Amino acid sequence: MGKAGRFGIHGGQYIPETLMNAVIELEEAYNRFKDDPDFKRELKELLNDYAGRPSRLYYAEKMTKDLGGARIYLKREDLNHTGAHKINNVLGQALLAKKMGKTRLIAETGAGQHGVATATAAALMGMECVVFMGEEDTKRQALNVYRMRLLGSEVIPVKTGTATLKDAVSEAMREWTRRIADTHYCLGSVMGPHPFPTIVRDFQAVISEEIKEQMLEKEGRLPDAVLACVGGGSNAIGTFYNFIEDKSVRLIGCEAAGRGVDTFETAATIATGREGIFHGMKSYFCQDEYGQIAPVYSISAGLDYPGIGPEHAYLHDIGRAEYVPVTDEEAVEAFEYLARTEGIIPAIESAHALAYAKKLAPGMDKDKIIVVTLSGRGDKDCAAIARYRGEEGIHE
Amino acid sequence: MSKTAKAFENGKAFIPFITCGDPDLGTTKACVLKMIEAGADLIELGIPFSDPTAEGPVIQEANERALKGGVTTDKVFGLVKELRQETQVPFVFMTYANVLFSYGAERFLSNCADTGVDGVILPDLPYEEKDEFQPLCKKYGVDLISLIAPTSEDRIAMIAKEAEGFIYLVSSLGVTGMRSEINTDLESIVKVIRENTDIPVAIGFGISTPEQAKKMAAVSDGAIVGSAIVKLINASGSEAPEKVGAFVKAMKEAVR
Repeated sequence: MGKAGRFGIHGGQYIPETLMNAVIELEEAYNRFKDDPDFKRELKELLNDYAGRPSRLYYAEKMTKDLGGARIYLKREDLNHTGAHKINNVLGQALLAKKMGKTRLIAETGAGQHGVATATAAALMGMECVVFMGEEDTKRQALNVYRMRLLGSEVIPVKTGTATLKDAVSEAMREWTRRIADTHYCLGSVMGPHPFPTIVRDFQAVISEEIKEQMLEKEGRLPDAVLACVGGGSNAIGTFYNFIEDKSVRLIGCEAAGRGVDTFETAATIATGREGIFHGMKSYFCQDEYGQIAPVYSISAGLDYPGIGPEHAYLHDIGRAEYVPVTDEEAVEAFEYLARTEGIIPAIESAHALAYAKKLAPGMDKDKIIVVTLSGRGDKDCAAIARYRGEEGIHE
Repeated sequence: MSKTAKAFENGKAFIPFITCGDPDLGTTKACVLKMIEAGADLIELGIPFSDPTAEGPVIQEANERALKGGVTTDKVFGLVKELRQETQVPFVFMTYANVLFSYGAERFLSNCADTGVDGVILPDLPYEEKDEFQPLCKKYGVDLISLIAPTSEDRIAMIAKEAEGFIYLVSSLGVTGMRSEINTDLESIVKVIRENTDIPVAIGFGISTPEQAKKMAAVSDGAIVGSAIVKLINASGSEAPEKVGAFVKAMKEAVR
C-alpha cells in the first residue's frame, strides 16, 4: 500500500466531507486499539467463548471421493454463532465502537447475515442498532428480518433504486451523515472508504490464520488452492489474507454470475465491471458507459452487489488472485450437492465457491489439497431454493 | 477572478440547483432561463447519477426520473451548449465522482471548458482525494468547488486555504432536502473560513423558504437551494418554468 488506504490504485476515501472526521477518528481509534493487549484479549474471548471459534476445518471425504481429484477441506464458518463469518468482523467493530464511546450501531445487510451479526453484537454489548436492508431482500430473507427484530434491532426496508444491497449501503451512509456523534457504521464487507477495507480484512483474517494452522496440523503442508465466494469480498479476503505471501497457494474468488456473464442479470464484477468510484472507494464496478451503476442480479442476496472490495481489485490487477464467475444454476446444484453428499446445507453464497470446487477438483491430482470456505449456513435459503426448483408452499 | 466567484458581485448571491433532464431537458432549459431572468446569480446543474449518496429523497427521485427519461452526460453538455447561446451567467455542474471518472476526467473537463461550465461540485470528493481531478480542473480552468461541513472542525482551515471559486458550506448534518430548522453555528464556521481565504462562502442544504435564505445569506455570501426547486418542478408540470421563476425572484429578493 502506498498512499493511505490504497491497494495499488484502488481504495481511497471518496465520501462526503461530513463523514471525513468520522473515518479519521475511526482510523485513529483502530490504530490505537488493534495492538492493545487488553483489546486483543477481549476480542479473542468473544470470538472463542461467544462465537465458537476456532471454526473447524473439515475433510469432506465423500465429496473428495465422489469428485475423484484433489482432497477437499471445508472451513466451517457456517458453524459460528449466528451462522456465518460475518460475526468475526462485527465483534471486532462493535468492541472498537464501544471503546470509542459510541452507543449506536448502524449496518447494511444483503442476505441478512451481517445484519443479524450486528444485531447480535448490539444486544450483547447493550448498544442501539438499526439495520438497513433492501426491500427486495427483506422478502427474500424474511426469517433474518425477524431474527434482527427479535434481537432488539430496528430493520429499515430500503425502497430506493434496486432495493437490494447497494441501496442498503447508500442508505446506511446517508444515515451516518445524519447522525455521527454517537453512531458507528458497522460496515459488513471489505469495501467502502478507508479504513473499512483494512479493518474488516484484519478482523476476517482469522479465517486464513486458522486454516494455515489447522492444515499444517492435519496435512503437514499448505493447501494448493483456497476458494471463497466474493460479493464485497470479506470472507474471501479472510480466506486469502495469510496465504498472499505463499505463492504456491492459488487464491480463487467465486463471483455471482446470476443468469450468466453474457446477460445483464449478473453481479460478476471482475468479469463484467470496470474501474470506477463508488461507495467511498475506487475499485471495479458494474456500470454503463456513463458511469451509472448497473442494477445487478444474483439469486444470492449476499453477493448481489455491483462492486468488489479494493484489495480484491488489486489482487486481480497483479494476478495474485483469480476471480471466476459462477451462475445461479451452478450454485443451486452445489447447494443441493453438499446437502446430499456431506449432510451440510451451505449458504447459497458459499455454494458459489463449492460449485467452482466441483469443477476444479476432478482435474487436480489426488495428492493436491483445496480448501473451500463455507462462509455461512443455508437454512435461510431453503425456501428460496425450493421456489427456484418450482416447489410451492414452503415458507421461511 | 474566477467566473464562479463573479456570481457574488451582485449583492448576496442566490444559487438555484436543478436536476438536468427532470422531467426532460426542454423543461430544464426553460427553467434555467426563467431562473436567470428572475435574478439567479449562478446555476448549479445536476448531472443525474444512479446512486446519489449525498441526496435526500426529493433529488434521488429526480435523478431516477431523469435517467429513466434517457438523460446522459453527453446530452447535458448539449443542453449547456444551447444555454450558452442565450446567457453568460456562471454554471457549475453538481454530480458524483464516477460520472466524471467514467466519462474520462480529461474529456469531461475539456468539454466543460468548451461548452462553458465554470466549476464542478462533487460531494463524494473530499480534500484528501481532490488530486483525482484537481490538476485537470486547473488545466481547463474549471473551479473544483470545496465543501465544508458542520463536522469539518479542525479541517476548515486546510480546506479553505486551497479552495477555489467559492466555498459550499453544508448547513447541517445529513443529506440534501428541506429542513424546518437549521441549528448549526454557521457564523463561527464562516469566521474560520474568512480567516483563511478571501473567496465567497455560500450555504446550502435544507434551505427552502425566503426567511431561511435570508438568514443564511446574512451570515455568508449567498444561499443555495435545490430540493425545494426540484419539488416545485415535479409538482408544476408545464407551468414549472413560470413557478420556478417566481420562486427564484422571491428568494433573490430575500437574500439581496
